[in-house]
Amino acid sequence: MSNNGDVKLTAKDFSSDQDVRWCPGCGDYSILAQVQRSFPDMVGIKKENIVWISGIGCSSRFPYYMNTYGFHGIHGRAPAIATGVKVARPELSVWVATGDGDLLSIGGNHFIHACRKNVDLKVLLFNNKIYGLTKGQYSPTSEQGKVTKTTPFGSVDYPFNPVSLALGSESTFVARTIDSNPKHMQVVLKRAAEHKGLAFIEIFQNCVIYNDGAFDAISDKATRDDNVLILEHGQPMIFGKNHDKGIRLEGYSPVVVDISNGKYSANDLLVHNEFETSPVLSMMLAHMTDSPGFPTPMGVFRQILKPTYDEGIEVQINNVKAKKGEGNLEKVLFGGNTWEVQ
Amino acid sequence: MAVKKKVESLSEVTVRFAGDSGDGMQLTGSQFSDTTALVGNDLSTLPDYPAEIRAPAGTIYGVSGFQLHFGSSDVHTPGDRPDVLVAMNPAAIKKNLSELKNGGIIIANTDSFDAKNLKLAKYETNPLEDGTLDGYSVFQVPVTTLTAKALENSALSQKEINRCKNFFALGMMYWLYDRPLDQTLVWISKKFQSKPEFIEANETALKAGYNFGEMTEAFTTRYRIEPARLPKGTYKSISGNEATALGMLTASVKSKLPAFLGSYPITPASEILQYFSNYKNFGVKTFQAEDEIAGITSAIGAAYAGYLGFTTTSGPGLALKTEAMGLAVMTELPLVVINVQRGGPSTGLPTKTEQADLLQAIYGRNGEAPIPVIAAATPSDCFNMAIEASRIAVKYMTPVILLTDGYLANGSEPWKIPHNDEIPAIEAKFVTETEGFQPYSRDENLARPWVKPGTPGLEHRIGGLEKANIKGTVSYDPDNHDLMIKLRAEKVRKVVNDIPKLEVDGDSTGKLLVAGWGGTYGAIKEAIIKVRRKGYNVSQVHFRYLNPFPGNTGEVVSSFKKVLVPEINLGQLATVLRSQFLIPVEQLNVVRGLPLRTADIADKIIELLGGENE
Repeated sequence: MSNNGDVKLTAKDFSSDQDVRWCPGCGDYSILAQVQRSFPDMVGIKKENIVWISGIGCSSRFPYYMNTYGFHGIHGRAPAIATGVKVARPELSVWVATGDGDLLSIGGNHFIHACRKNVDLKVLLFNNKIYGLTKGQYSPTSEQGKVTKTTPFGSVDYPFNPVSLALGSESTFVARTIDSNPKHMQVVLKRAAEHKGLAFIEIFQNCVIYNDGAFDAISDKATRDDNVLILEHGQPMIFGKNHDKGIRLEGYSPVVVDISNGKYSANDLLVHNEFETSPVLSMMLAHMTDSPGFPTPMGVFRQILKPTYDEGIEVQINNVKAKKGEGNLEKVLFGGNTWEVQ
Repeated sequence: MAVKKKVESLSEVTVRFAGDSGDGMQLTGSQFSDTTALVGNDLSTLPDYPAEIRAPAGTIYGVSGFQLHFGSSDVHTPGDRPDVLVAMNPAAIKKNLSELKNGGIIIANTDSFDAKNLKLAKYETNPLEDGTLDGYSVFQVPVTTLTAKALENSALSQKEINRCKNFFALGMMYWLYDRPLDQTLVWISKKFQSKPEFIEANETALKAGYNFGEMTEAFTTRYRIEPARLPKGTYKSISGNEATALGMLTASVKSKLPAFLGSYPITPASEILQYFSNYKNFGVKTFQAEDEIAGITSAIGAAYAGYLGFTTTSGPGLALKTEAMGLAVMTELPLVVINVQRGGPSTGLPTKTEQADLLQAIYGRNGEAPIPVIAAATPSDCFNMAIEASRIAVKYMTPVILLTDGYLANGSEPWKIPHNDEIPAIEAKFVTETEGFQPYSRDENLARPWVKPGTPGLEHRIGGLEKANIKGTVSYDPDNHDLMIKLRAEKVRKVVNDIPKLEVDGDSTGKLLVAGWGGTYGAIKEAIIKVRRKGYNVSQVHFRYLNPFPGNTGEVVSSFKKVLVPEINLGQLATVLRSQFLIPVEQLNVVRGLPLRTADIADKIIELLGGENE
C-alpha cells in the first residue's frame, strides 16, 4: 500500500530539504525518524493531506523537517491553530508536535479544550521534563524539587501527569511511548493515525543538554524491564526482566505482586482493556507513573469512539442545509422587516 | 367622548425610554424604532444599558435607556439631548433629567413613585411633587395600574401582567407620535406564538396604551413627523453588529470562499458571532473558542486551510490577540480581525462606546507588524467595511483590522439594501501549479501565493520565524530580515492604490477642516450642518481608511488653516495625522463612554473660527 496510490513512499519522501538542527543525541531525532518511517505505512493518508502544526520550543521545529504541509505557530497555540485547520478541512490529517512547556503550560487551555471537543487531531507531546530552547528552566512536568536555573533551591510545585490530564479532559485516545524504543513508538503512532478523534501520545524524550538521563530507569537495558509495564490489550499486566511481576487489584488500589513463587499466577492479574468506556482503569494506570514501587505503563491507556467535533460541525451544516435549503444571499439581505421608499 | 386633540407638525424628535433593566426598555425602544422606520422617517438609535444583566430594581445604576432620534430629513445621530423622556421609575428621572432639553416632556409612570423607589433613586421627596420638574411638561400616568386594569380578565399572574406595562407605554407613545400598531402586533404574535395568553395580554396592553392617549385629557396635542425623503429602494433597519455579520457573509459569498469565524464571547461584539451562527446553510463554520487567542489562532488555521478567516472581539480581546496578529503578518495569510471598541482601559466600560483602540490597531504589536486598518462610519456602513476588510485581506494576503464601536454595534438606522448583483465579486485564487512554485514569491501587489494544504506537490512549511525572501524557509540572515521587514511594510502601503480618496464635504480649502473617523461621523456631520446654518464656513472629511490613509490625505489636510479632530479618546487620530503629515491639529476629546455631542462639536468649531461667520 502507499500514500499516493501507485508508488510506495519511503521515510526519505517525508524528509524535507532543511538541515535538522537539534543537539546531537537529542531524543527528537528518534521521534522524527519513527514518524518518517511509519508514515509510508499509514494506509489511506495521502502525503499532500498531511499537515504538521507546532507551537514554540525544540519540539516545535518538527514541521520544518517533514516534507508535508507544515505550520510553525506561536507558543502554546498549536492545538487552536490545528483546530481551525481541521474544522475547515476535515479531510486533512492534522498532527501537532509540541513539548511539555508548550502544551501543558502556556497552551494548557487549548489542549484541554481540543480534548474535550474531540477534534480529530494527533497530538504528540515531546516530554523531556525541562525547558530546552530557553536553556534549562523547570517545566510543568519536572519532578518536585528539581534544581534548575530558575529553581536553584529546588522547584516547589507539583508536576502535571500528562496522561491523567488528557484522560481527565476526555481525550478519546491516550497513549505513551519513549524515544528509546523505536518499534514501540511506531506501533503507537500507527494506532493514533488510525484513531478517529483526538489522539494524545506522551513521548518520553531525553534532553541531552539540560535533563540528560531523566528517563534512564525506564530506558536503560539493565533496568527498563523491571520498571516498565508494556500495556497490551487483553493481556494480563506482567512485567519484569523475568516476567515475574504483575499488577493486581486489591480493593480500589493496584498492587505489585510476585507471580514466580506460586502464590499468584497470571490469572490473578489485571487484564488490560483499552476499550473500557469507564475511565477508572486508564486513570489508575496513569497514576502508577512515578508512584514508588510501580512500573511506568507504556502503550495505549484508553481508546474510545465518539463523534468528532469537526465531523459534528459538518453534520450540522448539512442538516441546516437540508432544512432551510442552500443559502441564498439575496434572500438574507432582503429578509426581516423591510419597507419600500418610492 | 374623546377629547378633541391638536395636531402639531415637527421635523424631528428625540425620545428616550428609561426604566429598570427588567422593564423592557430596549424592547420598547427597538419596537418604536422599527415602526418609525416603517412609516418612513429617517432615524438613529442609541441603546444605553448597564453591564449588569438585572441590576437591583429601582437603583440608579440599574437604569436602562434607549434613545431614538427620528425626523423628516436626514438624521445622523441618536440626538444629543432628548425632547421626551419616558420614565418608568424615579431612578430613570434621577439619571436622565440633566440630559433632557429645557422645557422637554416627561411621561412618568406614577405607580412606581413610592417611598421605596424614591429612596432607591436617592430622592428625599417626590420629584413629581416637590418642584424638581418645574419647567418641564410632565405627564403623570399610572401605567402599572392602567395596564392591570386593562388586563383584569387575563389569566396571567399579577407579576406577568405587570411585565406588560412597557407595551402600554409603547402604545401611548404610538398615539402621541401618530404611528400605527401593526408592526408591533405582528411582532408580538410571532414572538409569543407558543403562548397565546401572552399574545393576547401584550396586544391588549398595547392597544390600551394607544386608546389611553386618545381618551385622556392629559394629552391635548399629538405630533406628526412627515416621512423623510430617502433615495428610492427597499430599506430595513439594521444595527452595526448585524450589518457586520451580513457583510462577512456577503464577502464569503462574493469571494466564493467558505467562511470561518473563531470568536470568544465579549461585550459588545458577541452578537456578531450570534448572527453569523445562523448562516450555517451557507456552509459558514463558527467556532466559539476557549479564549480570545484560540479565536484568532483557529481563524489563522482556517485561513491557512483556504477559508476566509474572521475573528471578532472588543478591546481587551484585541490586546490578547496581539501576538497572533503578528503571526498572521509573518505568515502573510488573509484574516479579518473585527474590533467593536468599548470603553477602556482594562475591563473599562464594557457596554459603552469609545474610540481608544486606534493606536492599538495601527501600532500595537511586537516588531514591525504593519496591518491595514479600516473603520465603519455608521451602523449600516459596517456592512460595506466588513466586505472591504475581506477584499483587502484576500487581495494582499494580509490580516486587516476593522474597527467599529459599541455605538455603531448597538445603534441602528434605515439601510437601503443592496442587491446581490450590485455587489462586486472578490477575486480569490489558489495556486495549484507546482512548476516554479515558491511560498514567498510575490505578485504585483506584493501578495504571496495562497496554497491549500491537500494540493499535491506544493508541500511547504510556513511559520512565525523570519522567512527567507521568495523561498520562505527560515532565515536568520541580517540583510534578508531588513528586506522582509521593508517588503511587508511596502505591501501594506500599496493598499493606498486600492482605496477611495478622501472626499471633502464643503470647500477644498479654507479656515477649518473637521476630520473624524469611525463612529463619530453622524455627530460631526450634524454639527457641520448646524454651524453652516448659522453662516459658518467649515469643511468635513471622514476617515474610513486609517492605515494606510487615502492617497490625497496630505494634500487635503494641508489645504486648511486649521484642522479639528474630534474623537472619543485623548487624540489618537490627531497624533497619527501630526506624525505623518507634520501639520498642527486641534483636538476635541470627550471620553464619556457615549457618542460625541453635536453641540460640543459645533461650539468647538465656532470657537476655532473665532466666532466669525460670513
